[in-house]
Amino acid sequence: MNNLNSLAFFWPELILSVTILVAIIADLIYLKKDSYKVAYWSLGGLFLTYFAIRLQDATPTTLFMDTVALDPFSQFFKILILLSTAIVILISFISGELKEYRLGEYFSIITIMTFGLFLMVSSIDILMVYLSIEIVSIMSFFLAGYLKRKSTSNEASLKYVIYGAFSSGIMLYGLSLLFGLTGSTNFFEMQSAIATLGPESNLALTLATVFILVGFGYKISAVPFHFWTPDVYEGSPTTITAYLSVAPKAAGFALMIRFFNQVFGNMSTGTMESWLSINNLPWPELIAVLSAATMTLGNLVAIQQNNVKRMLAYSSIAHAGYMMMALPLMSNSSIEGIMMYLIMYLFMNLGAFLVVIYVNDQIGGEEFSHFDGLGWKMPFIGITMTLFMVALTGLPPTAGFIGKFYIFAAVIEAGSKFYWLAFVGVINSVISLYYYIRVVTHMYLSGERSDEIINPSSKLTVALLLVLAIPSFIFGWYFSPVAEWISRSTILFHGM
Amino acid sequence: MDHLLSWIIWLPIIGMGIITLIPRDRSNLIKQTAALVSGLQLMLTIYLWRIFDASNGNLQFMERAEWIPSFNITYILGVDGLSLPMVFLMALIGFIGIFVSWNITNAVKGYFALFLLLNTGVMGVFLALDFFLFYIFWEVMLLPMYFLIGMWGGPQREYAAIKFFIYTLSGSVLMLIAILALYFTCGNTFDMLLLMERAPVALNGMLWWGMSAIKVIWVLLFIGFAIKVPVFPFHTWLPLAHVEAPTAISVILAGVLLKLGVYGMLRINYTMLPDGVFWFAGALAVLGLINVIWGAMCALAQKDLKKLVAYSSVNHMGYTLLGMAAVIAASEMNGSNLISAQAGLGGAVFQMFNHGTISAMLFILVGVIYDRAHHRDIEGFGGLATQMPIYTAFVAVAFFAGLGLPGFSGFVSEAMIFIGAFPVFKAIVIISTLGILLNAAYFLWAFQRMFFGPANEKYNDIPEINRREVLTLIPLAVITLVLGVYPRPFLDLIAATLNVLIDSVVSFGGLAVAM
Repeated sequence: MNNLNSLAFFWPELILSVTILVAIIADLIYLKKDSYKVAYWSLGGLFLTYFAIRLQDATPTTLFMDTVALDPFSQFFKILILLSTAIVILISFISGELKEYRLGEYFSIITIMTFGLFLMVSSIDILMVYLSIEIVSIMSFFLAGYLKRKSTSNEASLKYVIYGAFSSGIMLYGLSLLFGLTGSTNFFEMQSAIATLGPESNLALTLATVFILVGFGYKISAVPFHFWTPDVYEGSPTTITAYLSVAPKAAGFALMIRFFNQVFGNMSTGTMESWLSINNLPWPELIAVLSAATMTLGNLVAIQQNNVKRMLAYSSIAHAGYMMMALPLMSNSSIEGIMMYLIMYLFMNLGAFLVVIYVNDQIGGEEFSHFDGLGWKMPFIGITMTLFMVALTGLPPTAGFIGKFYIFAAVIEAGSKFYWLAFVGVINSVISLYYYIRVVTHMYLSGERSDEIINPSSKLTVALLLVLAIPSFIFGWYFSPVAEWISRSTILFHGM
Repeated sequence: MDHLLSWIIWLPIIGMGIITLIPRDRSNLIKQTAALVSGLQLMLTIYLWRIFDASNGNLQFMERAEWIPSFNITYILGVDGLSLPMVFLMALIGFIGIFVSWNITNAVKGYFALFLLLNTGVMGVFLALDFFLFYIFWEVMLLPMYFLIGMWGGPQREYAAIKFFIYTLSGSVLMLIAILALYFTCGNTFDMLLLMERAPVALNGMLWWGMSAIKVIWVLLFIGFAIKVPVFPFHTWLPLAHVEAPTAISVILAGVLLKLGVYGMLRINYTMLPDGVFWFAGALAVLGLINVIWGAMCALAQKDLKKLVAYSSVNHMGYTLLGMAAVIAASEMNGSNLISAQAGLGGAVFQMFNHGTISAMLFILVGVIYDRAHHRDIEGFGGLATQMPIYTAFVAVAFFAGLGLPGFSGFVSEAMIFIGAFPVFKAIVIISTLGILLNAAYFLWAFQRMFFGPANEKYNDIPEINRREVLTLIPLAVITLVLGVYPRPFLDLIAATLNVLIDSVVSFGGLAVAM
């Protein structure tokens, strides 16, 4: 479709662009103490965007000269991203560490990032891939360093920039190799060109894959491209840490699912449920090994942390590892597994970060020791945090179990080739129990038991905790609607 | 009454909901609510026993409801002669446990709420017939157990609680892989009844990396269940958890939770992987033997009375494994000795039940002396027989029951197991009788050190066992004595189901032998 006609199918992104502009202008008008009101404009825009997505015709098609795909798959991820953005904006209202700063730009940058994520989940052209990744990365650099008077925040931003620039450079090199081999930037044209390549180009193709994986791996913080994660997660404002651990990760997975299944796999071959790789490139094995390394390293290092926020950072690396297990399987259920995991992960992980923010504001720190006796002092926080920790471990009947269940089911279904990966995955779940339950141990088993009870004073905190905790529990035993939504959304645009 | 099984499972959850609404300073009301709910559950279970048709070996009172259609997950419940005794045991011990924990003063509301949640989890495992549902209940037990040990336990409670949690979770995640493998190889179903039909055929001859799929799944499930039993070498969490747990939780742990492992093997491994039974029976018997000897030797070495009782559990569960292994006696190559398979398997199930009542008694009695003396050091007492005569009488009953004296139910089940296992595992049975000797030795030696000899002056005015404690012991003691002299009612209850089980193991197991 040409550029002009495409605009009619681009309403959600257009509304988002207008929202960005409105937010920037609103920021100029409000005084510093009112600057948080920019968030209302952002939230309003996100709300309208959501409706624009719901009203859209979801028949798979491409826009803007085959650079962007519009299909139920991208719509699913857009809704996921909108949801996490909205929740993070709301959490920002109650975060104490943001209070002393002017927040107008903060909210408009988050909205710009949302726009970048939208492009990321729908791009089917390597130029658009690069462009959208850069939009997201640059906005993340700003947000990570938003606490300009806090040195760790500055450090986080700087580290993020250096790693980001380095890895996107390598990725760009990989993409250019791929372009050199295939003579095209479009996923589908590249796919048909690769199918005709002889074995002599396997080396170049493998190199290109590895280089591209560097860029993608950086985005989802997979080992060994994860080095930025702990410092950036620890130094950034916690709201942004929460956001970085969910939304860009979801978009990164959406991109990887599209890229690997459509450039190196052929979704129109095989059965409807599973398909084949188009050449003998060992990319599935490569990703499987990275996945095992990611979850193992993430978990083993998380055990040693004394700071809850940093522990959650390492654990988010482990979660990326679990999701990566389903990437190399090339089947419908593997895509569904990742989608299911991401929904569950959104609620439980944002919930855990919300509790960390709250505890930091009330008690004055994020170390494990700050959680001592918390369960007795603040029963509501204690119970919800226990739920989030249990869910992140993946114990039934919580949402986390269903996410893991879907992933493991996909791995087992794919046959005995990847059974070892499922085995590594379950052992890692057990390891993760150790550090998640440590939080619970500190809340209930250590410290003084006080008879005085403190309940959150702000209604917004209570409401947000409930919004995140209720799905984390309910989806653990009743997830039919989610499962149906996901199976409706596993329709990717494949082939022209 | 419709949905009887659902009521039995979910009643404690309703009670838990009510308890969370009661203000935390009304601790008596909380305890009374918990007692009332458990009492109702016990009455329902007795009613279930009365209307249960013992001559029918199949599952009864089935309930079936759609749950998650997209993954073929259904809510299926049912009861047979294998699960009914366990359900009764849980209801009884759950009820008694409320009274055992009557003097809990610390965070009463949380304690009883978690206690009831644990009850639901255990009941659910015994009654669920959908593998997904089974797994959910299996895991639901872990968290309350962690808190109950970790918050109300002894000095090392944190370590004990986390060790228990990690051990059991490691087992259950392996089980999850096995469940999923069964789901995908047997036509996408979690329905246990369908899996029982399909799995032996579907898995036959399937190879994964050169290993038989049946053996792989068997081992994954076995480890999951073995940790719960606990089978040597997975038993190291048990003494610690027992010693640190509050009395009522030790009672539940030994009385019911250990049975979940054996129940799981009989319900799942035996029915879905009968070929594996033949492959593994020898190992099972050897592991049983190790449990018997190892548990007894460790018990002999203990100075802490509670640890001694904990190791006696390892010892007693060993006999159960031995009895389970005897099932292969019924196969053609072992001479179609149906009587001996029935005796072995019947003995194993009976031993599970007896260990439930006897170890519950033992732990209650340990709790009684600990409440008074604030230590459990066997050497620290002496001549208690003169100081606490009634208590001594109860300990004598429990110890004699525990060492398998004729006249107590433990004797009957152990004898059945030996009779059943002897034709197939002669050497193992002969060596494991040595365990009986050690078993008697550790109980009698402990008894002698604590109750006879010169009285320890310190405990001259130690209060005698009180009425509440006696009342918690009497039902258990009565069951032990009655079943010891007249085990017929119990054996009749399980016979039909076990015949069906033996038949399916032998007929499907013969499939592979014939091929």
